[in-house]
Parts: sequence; structure tokens; C-alpha cells
Amino acid sequence: MSKAAALANSPDWQSIFNNLANTAKDERLVRFYQAGAVAADTPLSDVELIAMDIETTGLDPDRNAIVSIGLAPFSLDRIRCAQTSYHVVKPIAELTSKSVTLHRITHSEISEAPGLDELLGTLLESLAGKVVVVHYRNIERGFLSEAVRYFIGEQLHFPVIDTMELEARLYRGANQPGWFARLRGIKPTSIRLADSRLRYGLPHYQAHHALVDALATAELLQAQVATHYHPAIAIRDLWN
Amino acid sequence: MDIEIIEIRDHLSRFPPFEGLPEDVLSEVARQIEISYFKAGTDILLFDQDIRFLHYLRSGAVDVFRRNGELYNRLTEGDIFGHFGLLRNHKVRFPARAIEDSLVYFIPSSLFDRLCEEHETFADFVEAEGQSRLKTAVDSQSKAGELMQIKVRKLISRLPIMVPAHTSVKEAACVMTAENVSSLVIVDSMAAVDGTGTLPAAGPGAGIMVGIVTDRDFRTRVVAEGLAPDTPISQVMSPNPITVQAEDSVFDTMLCMLRNNIHHLPVIQRKRPIGLINLTDIIRFESQSSLYLVSNIFNKQDVAGLQSLLPDIRATFVRMANDEATAHMIGSTMAGIGRGFSQRLLELAEAELGPPPVPYCYLALGSMARDEQLVVTDQDNALILDDSFDPELHDAYFLKLATFVSDGLAACGYTYCKGGIMATNPKWRQPLKVWKQYFTQWIDRPNPETLLNSSIFFDLDSVYGEADLAETLKDLLASKASTSEPFLAALARNALNRTPPLGFFRTFVMEQDGEHKNIINLKGRGTAPLTDLIRVHSLACGSKAQNSFERLDAVATTRLMPPEAITRLRYALEFLSMVRIRHQAREIEQGREPNNYIQPETIPAADRHNLKEAFQVLSNAQKFLRYRYPSLQSMRTL
Repeated sequence: MSKAAALANSPDWQSIFNNLANTAKDERLVRFYQAGAVAADTPLSDVELIAMDIETTGLDPDRNAIVSIGLAPFSLDRIRCAQTSYHVVKPIAELTSKSVTLHRITHSEISEAPGLDELLGTLLESLAGKVVVVHYRNIERGFLSEAVRYFIGEQLHFPVIDTMELEARLYRGANQPGWFARLRGIKPTSIRLADSRLRYGLPHYQAHHALVDALATAELLQAQVATHYHPAIAIRDLWN
Repeated sequence: MDIEIIEIRDHLSRFPPFEGLPEDVLSEVARQIEISYFKAGTDILLFDQDIRFLHYLRSGAVDVFRRNGELYNRLTEGDIFGHFGLLRNHKVRFPARAIEDSLVYFIPSSLFDRLCEEHETFADFVEAEGQSRLKTAVDSQSKAGELMQIKVRKLISRLPIMVPAHTSVKEAACVMTAENVSSLVIVDSMAAVDGTGTLPAAGPGAGIMVGIVTDRDFRTRVVAEGLAPDTPISQVMSPNPITVQAEDSVFDTMLCMLRNNIHHLPVIQRKRPIGLINLTDIIRFESQSSLYLVSNIFNKQDVAGLQSLLPDIRATFVRMANDEATAHMIGSTMAGIGRGFSQRLLELAEAELGPPPVPYCYLALGSMARDEQLVVTDQDNALILDDSFDPELHDAYFLKLATFVSDGLAACGYTYCKGGIMATNPKWRQPLKVWKQYFTQWIDRPNPETLLNSSIFFDLDSVYGEADLAETLKDLLASKASTSEPFLAALARNALNRTPPLGFFRTFVMEQDGEHKNIINLKGRGTAPLTDLIRVHSLACGSKAQNSFERLDAVATTRLMPPEAITRLRYALEFLSMVRIRHQAREIEQGREPNNYIQPETIPAADRHNLKEAFQVLSNAQKFLRYRYPSLQSMRTL
């Protein structure tokens, strides 16, 4: 296996963070990287996790904007509602009425909300020293990195555990129905958040509220670990 | 920014003890909640472990155990656990294990303590458990307890007007007119009569009551008979009248009038009459009294007239259910009304057919005999005839009589008994000696068919005619059944045939019979098996009581069952009956035909919990019965 491939499989986040802490210019970013990443062999049960969900006006980080962010710090044992946070963001791009209905956020709520540039500091502080948990990392990591590039003009990198990817390991690749089965109408198992939760007996939550979705993601990871992994599993086996 | 997770708050708001808490309190609880996921088979609480959180089951299923490992309760969505530990030294009392993948919400004990302090309903709920929670539910739903609690002596406004037995009818009439009363108590003593003919009621030397006369007696027994004005009142009085004790409740008094169709009732304290209660006193107290209905029954001159009262019966039932009367009150009142119909029909039959050729007793069986009748009921009745009965000579008369009553009852909404347990069936229209043989045989050689008869015929009560005939059978039954262990064992086995709908896994096992899908048969799987098992215990202790609550009272005087078990049964029966009654009342109000089937989803969450608990009480009581009569195995061959 090439060095690049090994890195892609399990990046060495501790050294990546060390390097970035030295090269970053913005103070907020420097502090974020200086908080460091946990060692790759840390047992999951010892890791401070934070579930994050970002609701956006669309799917493309280049063209769409963040409207709300939900954060739920947790551990394998407990999700503490008292520590959760929820931010409505004034987007740069115009809010379409479609996304308004989707996220149940009104225009007046948005107009009073801070811009993302004002929130970035708080946000990075919340994430510092923790491992971020998301469902479908391309959205959260993509939008957040794009926002940092836009407002600060620098790169944002951080490790995430993607609960969707954990589901994909079970139900995609070798485990998904082959072309022949699909031809006969056998659908691949859905790995969307709500459908995945259902498989673990987790209750149905109203989707598309950033905080509820963050909570839903945290619960899903607890369920996945309880079902498929040992709590002492090394973080390197789960993160990206 | 003030965050609150609506998903959590809304869920809490649907389940007790959070249900009914103010919005801001719920939001505060939701904000402080912690969450954890437990895989099926994982221990959540271990015995004696420290506990700092109230546990709330958001989804999944959890078993709670006693210390000895016995299953204590099976919890589902919206149930709480761990509160015992929080209330007692913060040590786990009842260990808990997830039996399905479960999501548990944790509420910090500081918040739990505050909720207990500031919200009475919350404290009541978490502090009560088992019978007492059911008790809370039962107690809070019967506001009409007033009628049960208030002593009849409170309704007495004046001492009864009394005259000695030798007083002439003319004098007696003058006293009644002077005192403006419609009834008069007759006493045997002459000593203390003062100038006006009245007696100091309870004082020394006051007379012992020997009879009563009413306005009506002057019409029917004096004037219509053409008696001389100097006839002693003792000749026209009703001797040894039915009385109530001063300490009896207003409701008991009402029932007594209802059962006996009398409108004047002397109230007795320490053997002396202290007042006279009449129908209007009660109606004044309880303005919509069902006694109105009963007195109406006796004014009707034919079956069509009786039939016209059918809507009134249902209205009475609905009103009592809405007034939150107890199941006992409603059951007795409906049975009293049913008796009224039977009695009036028998009077009408005798008027048409002439007087009976031999004495007889018309029996009520089943729910009417137990005073546990509701609106959905069929008729179960029988005739005990005097032993001088000669079928050749007399049976034609009694067949006509039975048919007249049975058809009349059917016309009034008491449908024919599908099993043919009616006096129209020659088998159930027999002289006392044959009945004695029946009962003896059923007890000595029980078989599946006669056991079925036992559970119907062993709830019996006289409705009309010679009550002594019925009493003889009750005596025979009480003395014989209690000493026949094999019979009791067989009857016990029979009482275990119908189990409560508590599935082994998770939640209710629903009925699957045709049109009633996903529903619970409250009678067949609830009140009926409860009555069955109470009957076994009651017969075992030789009681002659018919009503299930009174049977439990009788069992309580023995050592047959622990007192807590009896209390629990009482609450379970009351609760199941009330759910059934309210369900039927709702059906009637909505213009539907009332039945015994409920869909658990349609009842409020708090009731659902209590319902499950009541079924659990029944289930435990059945276990106890199985344990009490272990010879069941050997009875298989019966």
C-alpha cells in the first residue's frame, strides 16, 4: 500500500494538526489546531465527541450557504442536552422559500441572526479538542471548510466520524445487492439518517432541524457502537 | 440562545408524570435531559448501585426486577424507572435491563426532587406504585364518593312521628295530618307516649319499632277494606319494616329503596328509630336519582310502557358514568333497575295469569345477582318452585309466567341468554329439591359443563317471590363448596381459562377475532376472569356474598389471601370496570351500540399504564390461584 493510500485510510491527525498549528495565520484557527487531535489509538470510550449538523440552502458548498448549525457534545455514555447548542446563521446567499419550509426557519429569524463570520470563533472553540461526528461528512466538512476559506482565506481540516459511512461499511460494497439483484428490483438498503436510526430501534425524529439532527446523529453513533463495535475500539478505525 | 429540543419536550408531555406539567417546566426538564442507548440484553441499573437520575424510556422495552430476580414490571415507551432508588437513599432498589434496543432519557435527581416538591401530581405518581398508583387513579376518578361517604343520618331533619301499636287508625290519621307527614312509625311501648302521641325518640323508655304505615296504607288497607275508625293501627301497619342503620351511606339507603321498591325507610340507631327517610329526601340530595326511573318502572301498565323506558336506562347509565360514580354504585344501580323490570313484569304476569298455584322464587343469576350489571347484558334467570310443585298440574302456569317475563325483558333490551339459562327452559324451572340435587351434583362431581353452570348459577339472588327458597340454595352452596377441595380446585382451573391480555413480550396481546382486531376485550380478558377468581376464594371461605367487592370483604376476614393482595384486586376490579363503563357510556353518547372492546391507542396514556397494571394484578392473582390449588394437574382428567 502506498503512503498516500495509507493516509487516506487513516490520516495521522495528530501530526496534521501540529503542522497546521504552525502554518495557520488566523488566531481562531491557530487556537483550534493547538488544541490538538486525539492520538489515533485512543479508545473511542475515552474520546470527547461532538455531533454536528449543518442545514444549508442547497447541497453545493460553492453556491449555497449555511442557515443553521446544531452541536451536541457527547460521549459513548451520555448525550447531555444541557451542553447542546444551536445557531441560526444569516446566509450570504438569498434564502429560497423552499429551504425556508424545509428548515422551518423564518426570514425574520434569519435577518436578526449573526453572519457566519461572527460565529466562526465560537464554532471552532466548540469543536476544539473533540472528534466531530456527522451523518454524511461531505456536507458538514465541505460547507465549514468553504466558509473558512471564504471568510478567513485559509484551509480548515479536522477529523470526522461519519455515521453514514459506518452504515455504508455494512450495507454497501460487497454487502449491497449486485447488479443482478438490483435488476430484479431489490433495492440497496437505505443509509439515510432516519432509515439508519430505524434499524437500531431509535425513535423517529422530525428531520431537518440542525439540533435535532445533531442529536439524532449522536444517538445513532451510540447505537452503532453498541451493536457492531467494542467501546474500546481505536478511534483510527472509525474516523476519516 | 435559548435552546430546547422540541422532540424531547413533546414526548415527555404525552406521558405521566410529565403530562400536565406547565410548558416552561417541561422545557426545563427537556433542557437538562441526558441520553443513552442500550442494546437489548444490557443491564441499565444494578441492585444497590448509586443512582442519580430518574430514567425515562424513550423507546424500546425494559424489564424491572425485584431483588430476588423475579420480574416486577415490563416497561415500554414513556414509562419511568429508578424513582424508587431516588426516593430512598439513592440506591437502586429494582434492577433494570433492556430487553429491546432502548433509548433512555436521564433526568438529574436535583431536578427530580424539585419536580416532586413543586408538583403534587408528579409526586403522587412517582411515590405511588403498584396498588397505590391504581388506588390514586381509582380514588381520583370517583368524585361521587360523596354519596358513598355521607351517612344517611345527615339527611334526617326530624325525629320520626311515632304512635303506639294500640292507637286507632283514626287517631293515627289525625297525628299524621297534624304533623304533616306521609308515614308513621308504630312502636310497641306505651310508657313514654306524651299527649301529642309522639315519643322521645332515642331516650330511655322509647319504644321498639314494630311497624310502619304510610298514606297509601290508609287508602288500600283501611278505606278500601272498609275498616272501622277504631281498628288498632297494628292491624294495618306493615310489620317488621326494612330499615337502614344511621351509619349506612346515603348510597346504601338509595340501593335499599331500589332493591325493595320502597319509598319510606326508617333509620335505626341502637335499635331505636331516629328518623324516617323517604324517596324525596334522597332525590333532594341527589337530584337526578335513578330512583325516579325505578319508581317509573312500577307505574308502567304493560310491556310497551316498560319498553319506553329503555332510553332512560341508558341515560341513567351515562349520567352516572359522567358523574364519576364508582363501578360498585353503577353496577348496583343497573342491577337494581334490571330487578325493577323483572319485578314489574312478574307483577304484570301474575295479574294476567292469576295467582301462582304454588309458591315460587324468581332468581337472578350472574351479573344481576352480583349487583354488577352494565348496559350490555343478557338475561340469566331461573325459577325455584315450592316442593309441592306438580309438573302435570302447575308447569303450564310457570312456563307462561317465565315466557311472559323473558319476552318482556328481551323487549326492554335484556337479550335472551344464548346458553338458554332462562326460566323458560324446563331444566331451570324446577322445585327446590331438584335444585338441591343440581347443586350437590355440580359440587360433588364437577365436569367441564357443570363447572360452567357453577360459575353462572353460583351467583344467584332472589328477585321476586319466596326469597327463602333462594336462601336455602345459598346456604347449601356456602356450606358444601367450602369443604369440597376437589370442586374448588376444578373451579379454580376454570377461572384460569381466560388470561389478561399481557403478552410475554412488550405490550398488550390484542384480540384477533374477526371484526375486533387490535383491541382488548375488557370483559372477557379483564372483569370476567377477575370475578371468576374472586368467586373461587369467596366460596372457599364459605361466604354467601354475591357482589365481588363484598366477596373480597368476606375473603379479607379469613387468612386465605394477604390483605395487600385483596386491596390490589379491589382496585384492579374497580379500575377495569370503570374503563369498561366509561367506554360504554361514550359509545352510547356517540349513538353507537355499546360493547366491551377497547382500542388501547384511544385511551389516555395514564389510563393505559393503569390498565396494564390492573391486568398485571389479575395475572398475579391467577398465579396465586394456581399455587393455592396445586392439585390442578390431577384434575386434567375431569
